[in-house]
Amino acid sequence: MTSISVPLEAYLSVGALLFCIGVWGLINSRNAVRVLMSIELMLNAVNINLMSFSSYLDGQEIRGQVYAIFVITVAAAEAAVGLAILLSLYRNRDTVDMERFNLLRW
Amino acid sequence: MPSLAELTQLIVFALLATGVVVGSLGVVLLPNVVYAAFLLGGVFLSVAGLYLMLNASFIAAAQVLVYVGAVNVLILFAIMLVNKKEAMNAYPGMALRRLLSSGVCAGLLWLLLRVAFTTPWATPGPEPLGDGAVIRLGEHFFTDYLLPFELASVLLLMAMIGAIVLARRDVLTTDVGSGEAVDQALIEKARTPLLLEKTRP
Repeated sequence: MTSISVPLEAYLSVGALLFCIGVWGLINSRNAVRVLMSIELMLNAVNINLMSFSSYLDGQEIRGQVYAIFVITVAAAEAAVGLAILLSLYRNRDTVDMERFNLLRW
Repeated sequence: MPSLAELTQLIVFALLATGVVVGSLGVVLLPNVVYAAFLLGGVFLSVAGLYLMLNASFIAAAQVLVYVGAVNVLILFAIMLVNKKEAMNAYPGMALRRLLSSGVCAGLLWLLLRVAFTTPWATPGPEPLGDGAVIRLGEHFFTDYLLPFELASVLLLMAMIGAIVLARRDVLTTDVGSGEAVDQALIEKARTPLLLEKTRP
């Protein structure tokens, strides 16, 4: 028995909601760690979309799952490099407040 | 009248979706970053549950291993390393920015929901593979997706070396003003950081 009772639109709605919450957090967070967490939320929303399309529309050639694996790989690399940049930034500026990282602002 | 399996699926989906949405709202809105990081782990676990409902047991396991086991622990370590209580004082235009970004996000959500509900999806598609998905995934990785698969390994190697180079503190650098060699341990030695702004508004 495959997942017939839950419609595809329900999964897409969860993905859309998660993505919008991630965008809001990305714009409005003051703490740099929370910005990285918001990016992870957005990547997870994209993965939910890929997986639901893969299961509902492409059940035999599961290309969505292949793409989800690649997204997870890139997300892991992004988290490692992003947190290393954050540590280096904290060592130089002595803060994690996003509003004070304005050296390159006009 | 839905059957028992369909009813169970609906209930499990509702629980997982509620966990995802409420958890992510907590990640974004909670004032304490440590609570936000633990809630982020809950969101990752709920997303893994959604993957299990979508006939993708291997991706669910990878999600738990990579996100909960690696990324979330990494974020907790970063919070521990930069754990400094600082007063985020308000700046002008913050309320306006919140209002504008909320409007933009609501508009984006409306657009995405409209696309999701008005597009005539070709459902039901082919029958999902279920447990044979791992075999098909392996076939994809070693035939038509071989080049991206190998490139991903190179990307992970580059990210690992880059993270080590960026985060280590005994890199030799030179002071911009005097030209002499300094190290990056600025805070421990109570030395004035090079890039601190001179005047604060």
